[in-house]
Amino acid sequence: MAKRTGVFVCHCGSNIAATVDCAKVAAELGKEETVVFSDDHVYMCSEPGQSAVANAIKDNKLDSVVISCCTPNLHEKTFRDVAQAAGISGFQCEIANIREQCAWVHKDKAEGTEKAIKISRSAVRRVRHNESLEPIKIPVTRRAMVVGGGIAGIQCALDLANAGLDVVLVEKQATIGGHMLQLSETFPTLDCSQCIISPKMVEVSKNPKVELMVYSEVQEVSGYVGNFKVKVLKKPTYVDPESCKICDDCASVCPTVVTNEYEHGLSQRRSIFIPYAQAIPATYTLDIEHCLGLNPIACGKCADACEAGAIDYDMQPKVVEVEVGAIVVATGFKLYGQDKMHEYGYGKFPDVLDGLQFERLLSASGPTGGQVLRPSDHKVPKSVVFIQCAGSRDPAEHCSWCSKICCMYTAKHAMLYKHHVPDGQSFIFYIDIRSGGKGYEEFVHRAVEQDDVMYLRGKVSRLYEEAGKLKVQGVDTISGQLVEIDADMVVLALAMEPSDGTAEIAKTLKIGLDKDGFLAEGHPKLKPVESVTAGIYLAGAAQGPKDIPETVSQASAAAAKVIGLLSKETLAHAPTVARVIPNLCTGCDMCVQACPYDAIKLSAAGKAQVNDVLCVGCGACSATCLRAAIEVRNTTPRQVYDMLTAALGG
Amino acid sequence: MVPDNSEAFQPKIVAFLCKWCSSAGSDLAGVSRMQYASNAVPITVNCSGGVSPLYIISAFSKGADGVLVSGCHPGDCHYMEGNYQARRKIYLLQKLVTFMGVEPERFQMSWVSAAEGAKYAKVMDEFTEQIRRLGPQTKLKARR
Repeated sequence: MAKRTGVFVCHCGSNIAATVDCAKVAAELGKEETVVFSDDHVYMCSEPGQSAVANAIKDNKLDSVVISCCTPNLHEKTFRDVAQAAGISGFQCEIANIREQCAWVHKDKAEGTEKAIKISRSAVRRVRHNESLEPIKIPVTRRAMVVGGGIAGIQCALDLANAGLDVVLVEKQATIGGHMLQLSETFPTLDCSQCIISPKMVEVSKNPKVELMVYSEVQEVSGYVGNFKVKVLKKPTYVDPESCKICDDCASVCPTVVTNEYEHGLSQRRSIFIPYAQAIPATYTLDIEHCLGLNPIACGKCADACEAGAIDYDMQPKVVEVEVGAIVVATGFKLYGQDKMHEYGYGKFPDVLDGLQFERLLSASGPTGGQVLRPSDHKVPKSVVFIQCAGSRDPAEHCSWCSKICCMYTAKHAMLYKHHVPDGQSFIFYIDIRSGGKGYEEFVHRAVEQDDVMYLRGKVSRLYEEAGKLKVQGVDTISGQLVEIDADMVVLALAMEPSDGTAEIAKTLKIGLDKDGFLAEGHPKLKPVESVTAGIYLAGAAQGPKDIPETVSQASAAAAKVIGLLSKETLAHAPTVARVIPNLCTGCDMCVQACPYDAIKLSAAGKAQVNDVLCVGCGACSATCLRAAIEVRNTTPRQVYDMLTAALGG
Repeated sequence: MVPDNSEAFQPKIVAFLCKWCSSAGSDLAGVSRMQYASNAVPITVNCSGGVSPLYIISAFSKGADGVLVSGCHPGDCHYMEGNYQARRKIYLLQKLVTFMGVEPERFQMSWVSAAEGAKYAKVMDEFTEQIRRLGPQTKLKARR
């Protein structure tokens, strides 16, 4: 029986109509053999537009529809739902993308119209052989994984656990807490960072619903939304956390001295170490990269010193497979590279610091016990220059993006510096002050009015050392004057970059990166916490620079999405999966080998057999089969040939 | 800048785009209002690995002057390895069509990610220009 298709061409206001003659497209499509109804509408996605589709389906007994509008990423679901509600299968609805792929990228109306007709006609020819399908129901694993144990990951894990879900929190470092733990006080309220994150760290470590996997990395992920299988590598810490008494006997005998990452290079640690006294989990870790060797003949001092016998040189790396229904990626940021900021003497002059190092100097638990001292001579700096946008907003040399938090933390730094050194003077070189946020603008004003911070609008042109002083030359573009400051210390507000390993984890999870290397969200406006892959969500600075309140909001938002997903007993799996035509199949095994998902097996009768739940409909099998004996439902070779004819003007 | 080609030969081109990278890249080109040649008509498929060599031959027989297949960058395939499969098949097919007398330049694979709107526009313009220089494809076109 011939199909009865309806075609609906959207003007999208003037977005499409400016380049495409929508009425002509509708009229041309009306001439198609299977099209019994065609019309154009100003906004198809609006309520009247959707009703027009629903009514046309009922009035004209349509069994299929083609909507010529924007990208299917935006409204395929909308119109499939409309079709379903109007009594036909959602899979009888196809979208012809005539906005992003046509109207917006061409100017000539005749050309645009011609292309829109070809695109729409190709969708009509496709839908001609579409089947009415029902979504496949698959069971859901009601457990979630959170990757990254900073504030984003901790918040997300807590929200998930409090909703009754089991959570696996994976952290690469030996301890959770992330960068927030390195901060002194937080803007705009100046509460102590440790004081607000530590209770959350304790809570997450004590919550029976949360399994903490520190010193661990995600290695491999298979499966799909609702049913992921994740292989996690647990690196050996060589210390049994249960027996470790955190007495420090091991570290005091360790002969190796290593730069302390937690203090951002401002102090040293031993190869066996605990990053800081309140670390969670509270245990030492043996850093094998710097240890003299696990062989007791080489050293073995720590094991001898440990009375609790907690040190075990024979500990092996372990790969654990975890089944989860959803994954949240919260892998955070790092500061833009030390090796890339030569113009400000970063890495060359010891008193040129980055923002995190300055945080450590301000912090009561820091290497100086909360005193602001110059790393070079341990004297109190009386004049400090802060340089904003060090690496940010500089597409020619460094990063094109605004790192968003630097204006605020620099104001905070200058303010706290004044609190520590009341007779000191701070200067801030800035391009603009971006202080959007609750209480942020007032905070910057407070820095200027109460703490005498001198703001200079301009960039630093030269920084060099002379007679123990750092000479900072720049222009104050407001007065138009050259400025030269003799500084005792310079603090760079370095750009924020995605943390090391972001590209790798994105690759492992098959989620995209944006042009700057941050994790790509599903849609810049409407899917800010979803990744492009179903069941994988994003939280925190790994997705883009953001401050603590924003990070926490996004983490909770991601948790809410996961809770929503895992609240159902079953999930709908797209039924557009491969199907075997048994009398054509010769059992040659080629599709079995082509399938990346192990979704095809040969039956006892020697015919290919598809596991609908594992199949994702990629079509690799169909493109490999020499006899056209396997095809993806609703993208069959026959449909593609028909689409080709239409695309080529036939 | 789109050159004025109104008098020039207008090649018929089909572009197979994978849904996850290249089609999303074309969406980004659209959102960014990048202008490019309108000759190539896109057909979005789930994966470049699902583009059968027969589709390409069929496109030529239906009168295509050029065929483009665009997928995710190597290593970034949404379906793990589909783009590698596509690359292998297309490499072999390119040899075959060359043997059949069709210029290998008429048939090309490109990698365009979801973040590469500008690259998508560039690929479209360059491929169209390349096919325009070659002129109409007649070797495999069905004579009906």
